[in-house]
Amino acid sequence: MPEEERTFEQLVLPHLKAGYNLARWILRNDGDAEDVMQEATLRAFRFLDGFSGKNPRAWLLSIVRNAAQTHLQQDRGRTLGTAFDEERHAAGASAERPPETPEAALQRKDRQRAVDDAVRALPVEFREVFVLRELEGLSYKEIAGIAGIPLGTVMSRLSRARRQLQAALGQGGAP
Amino acid sequence: MNCAETQRLLDGYLDDELDLRSALEVEEHLAACAQCGAEERGRRELRERVRANLTRHALPEALEQKLRDGFHAAQAPVGGVRPEARPARRWRSVAVALLPAAAAAALLVVAGPGLLSRSSEARIEEAVIAAHVRSLLANHLTDVASSDQHTVKPWFQGKLDYSVPATDWSAEGFALAGGRLDYVEDAPAAALVYRRRQHVVNLFVWPSRSAGEAPLRHLISRGYGAFRWAKDGMNYWAVSDLNDAELQEFVALVRGAH
Repeated sequence: MPEEERTFEQLVLPHLKAGYNLARWILRNDGDAEDVMQEATLRAFRFLDGFSGKNPRAWLLSIVRNAAQTHLQQDRGRTLGTAFDEERHAAGASAERPPETPEAALQRKDRQRAVDDAVRALPVEFREVFVLRELEGLSYKEIAGIAGIPLGTVMSRLSRARRQLQAALGQGGAP
Repeated sequence: MNCAETQRLLDGYLDDELDLRSALEVEEHLAACAQCGAEERGRRELRERVRANLTRHALPEALEQKLRDGFHAAQAPVGGVRPEARPARRWRSVAVALLPAAAAAALLVVAGPGLLSRSSEARIEEAVIAAHVRSLLANHLTDVASSDQHTVKPWFQGKLDYSVPATDWSAEGFALAGGRLDYVEDAPAAALVYRRRQHVVNLFVWPSRSAGEAPLRHLISRGYGAFRWAKDGMNYWAVSDLNDAELQEFVALVRGAH
């Protein structure tokens, strides 16, 4: 079976990182993102039949997105408001960079924190579309397919997300 | 283009998702209007700031290993499955169920790049569906809005070196809404726009490079239904979110007329 094994690996494994990033942004904490990734990879096996062979990244992302949304809905009843990660900025600090002064490092962390916090505060419908666009660089068409919304809605959600971020970060735009 | 319309399309413009004409109109307005220009600069600043600072959450190594192990367990050779092999049973039964699919996927991957004509077909499909989607997104359905075939047909004559069959089928339930100049395969194509209830049908027509004739084929792409065929050296594509039966009815009308 090594042939099939390799093919499936080639299809799905390269996109686990993008999948995790999306799940982590939708759910906003590590534990839930882990659960969702395990659920999503299991679903990917089950749904392999329905996969056209085109664009495996968008395919996996749509499975991850749906699993995360389901998780979020189940979670809402159980732990309202507690699904907040404590070490939320730990990931930002570990980015690979050349050595920098402690001061510069602090300033960079502040900038990252400001942007991360503003994005975390977006409603989840805006947040997922925004992350798919800005971190994954997907086209409107791909995002529409993943989030199950019309193309025009992708554009209007991005627009509202960005206006909200501009306001939160106190910059630019019309007064 | 006014401020409200520019604001509505601004993000599509910045993300490079608009059709050429709408993009040019937005650009023109941005150059002339200080307030919308400021909005655009704000968006670009935001984009820079987000790209430089937004955290990409890294997949934890332990989790990646766990997921990989899951794949391997699921795809372990199935020859040795025994009834008492209980811990692995669930994964293995999944693997057995998936084998034909995995084999088909392998075939696709192997056969895909070799079939050049199929991939150029796929490119055309992609281009036509994208043109349909763009026409809906920017509210730029028509360059010439008219239900009168004697207006639409001559409008194309000045722009294309072939004759476009603009027929109004209002009586049959497909009202001609107008025409638009679009691009497929890097060449200008006529897009005829029809309406049925709240649905839009784009009928793309352009000269065929290869076959003069091609049989009718149906396909579904990105949730849109499409019929395509070639006749007398012209390519025809009808694309819509209409249900297949009604779209087929439309196609029968077009094919019957030409």
